[in-house]
Amino acid sequence: MNSGVLIAALLFWVAAWLANMWLVRLRPAHQPLTQSINLLIPALFGAALIALWEGITVGFNIPSVLLPPPSMIWARITSSVDILWADFYQTFLKAVLAGYAIGCASGFIAAVVVDRVPFLRKGLLPVGNLVAALPVIGIAPIMVMWFGFDWHSKAAVVVVMTFFPMLVNTVAGLAASGAMERDLMRTYASGYWQTLVKLRLPAAMPFIFNALKINSTLALIGAIVAEFFGTPIVGMGFRISTEVGRMNIDMVWAEIFVAALAGSLSYGLLALIERAVTFWHPSYRS
Amino acid sequence: MRERTGLSGIFYDRVLPVGTVVAVIVVAWYAFAVLLNAPFERDQAARAGTEISTSQLVSNTMAQDRPVLPAPHQVASEIWETTALKKITSKRSLVYHGWITLYSTLMGFVLGTGLGILLAVLIVHSNILDKSLMPWIITSQTIPILAIAPMLIVVLNAIDLSRFLPDALAGTHVEYIVKDVLPKALISAYLSFFPVAVGMVKGLRSPDVMHLDLMRTYNSSRSQVFWKLRWPSAVPFLFTSMKVAVAISLVGAIVGELPTGAVAGLGARLLTGSYYGQTIQIWSALVSAAVLAAMLVMLVDLSSRIVMNRMGMAR
Repeated sequence: MNSGVLIAALLFWVAAWLANMWLVRLRPAHQPLTQSINLLIPALFGAALIALWEGITVGFNIPSVLLPPPSMIWARITSSVDILWADFYQTFLKAVLAGYAIGCASGFIAAVVVDRVPFLRKGLLPVGNLVAALPVIGIAPIMVMWFGFDWHSKAAVVVVMTFFPMLVNTVAGLAASGAMERDLMRTYASGYWQTLVKLRLPAAMPFIFNALKINSTLALIGAIVAEFFGTPIVGMGFRISTEVGRMNIDMVWAEIFVAALAGSLSYGLLALIERAVTFWHPSYRS
Repeated sequence: MRERTGLSGIFYDRVLPVGTVVAVIVVAWYAFAVLLNAPFERDQAARAGTEISTSQLVSNTMAQDRPVLPAPHQVASEIWETTALKKITSKRSLVYHGWITLYSTLMGFVLGTGLGILLAVLIVHSNILDKSLMPWIITSQTIPILAIAPMLIVVLNAIDLSRFLPDALAGTHVEYIVKDVLPKALISAYLSFFPVAVGMVKGLRSPDVMHLDLMRTYNSSRSQVFWKLRWPSAVPFLFTSMKVAVAISLVGAIVGELPTGAVAGLGARLLTGSYYGQTIQIWSALVSAAVLAAMLVMLVDLSSRIVMNRMGMAR
């Protein structure tokens, strides 16, 4: 029992909580100060969580096979940057990006076509809604069988997983522009394409970005899980499943850290682009 | 376009378009089955030194043992054989495997929904939690949680939670639940708590300022505001997020079954199928997972309609 560390972690937790209580009550006059406080509060909370994790694992001598302390995971990350980079390159830069781009683009194009033909919309939308709720991840073994062990099969899984959320959301978005606005476009004598590009696509952007955000997480999940069914000896999913077998749990956590970082960064990037593209939307205009 | 109503409206707006799309999918499926399975048949014929006629080729491609893509009727007959014609206790019965998956799905769904509601209630009532926890809940979903699934399963199996049970429960159903179902259910719970938490935070904040002010003028306590105003107005949000949660919970259960070494469940059927190249088995597991997902979502939808009706909120 290493009680010193545990007590220190608990003290840090209490201190962070009290500091947050104090920060929440602050009502600074300056706008930037409010924003930085709003960033500081969750950061402090996260730091306290990590300190508590460290304190509990070290304090109670929890075997690192079950739950390694954060310091050990960090040491593993810094010592095996090259392996992590190779896995990241294989899984994210090859499979996820290719699949994400193809899946989102084809979903978008299909949605525009579906929107043009009412019969297709009535027929394809219920089917698309159903498929979007299905455990699509199950096609992973089939794709591995069809496209081989390399990144192509993972990209194929990602394409199928990202296609339907994009389709359903874009179709909903294309229907989002109001009847008044469309009538206005008609009085301007604008054709189908002009209405599409100038009115309906901009109006659909919040929905499209919603799908892009959902898909960014789905794509990473799809690629990693597909690697459980067979890979070359590189890749994040491969590393996770083999290192679990070898009981190197700190390496698994290192991969999870990379995946979390990649997921959060791409989400953040999409959110920034969304803010720039849909600056007119009420949720950003306040 | 003329608006149609009544039965013919349902036919023209629902049955005909959806039916056409489904028919096109089935036809395309058959076409791809022939296309993808043909090289194997040609190869076989070439090895035997015989010519193969086109009609022979087409009929052969639909009756292979391990086709690249099984034809729909092959999958259908496999499902019929492994559900209706096998005893449901048999390890080769899809009902047996489906039940195991359904069991942990439902358990994870209940745990996740409970956790999500609890978190939402805490967040709505505590300013500190709102500012410190909410960003982390959102971040937690940008992490590909399913990636942790194999590790969680292995670690939980290593800890063997059933050790902590009193001896009297050894060998009972409770031990089975704690040992075999709970690890998978925890993954489902982790996946399904998020939509519920986010939806409920939105729902519990949805009452008008006017209504909240009215409650203040009635001098109602926090718990009264919660039970009489916030909770009822959050119910539609709850059901919408539960529909997402139950579907994702099934995904969690299936992925949770992959690393346990393919013992039981639909995920295990997928894994053994991919190990031994049994494509028909993979597809039948896939189709039954799809049917299960559709049924679960429809069940939640149905219960939401009933509850909304009783609450007088039917649309």
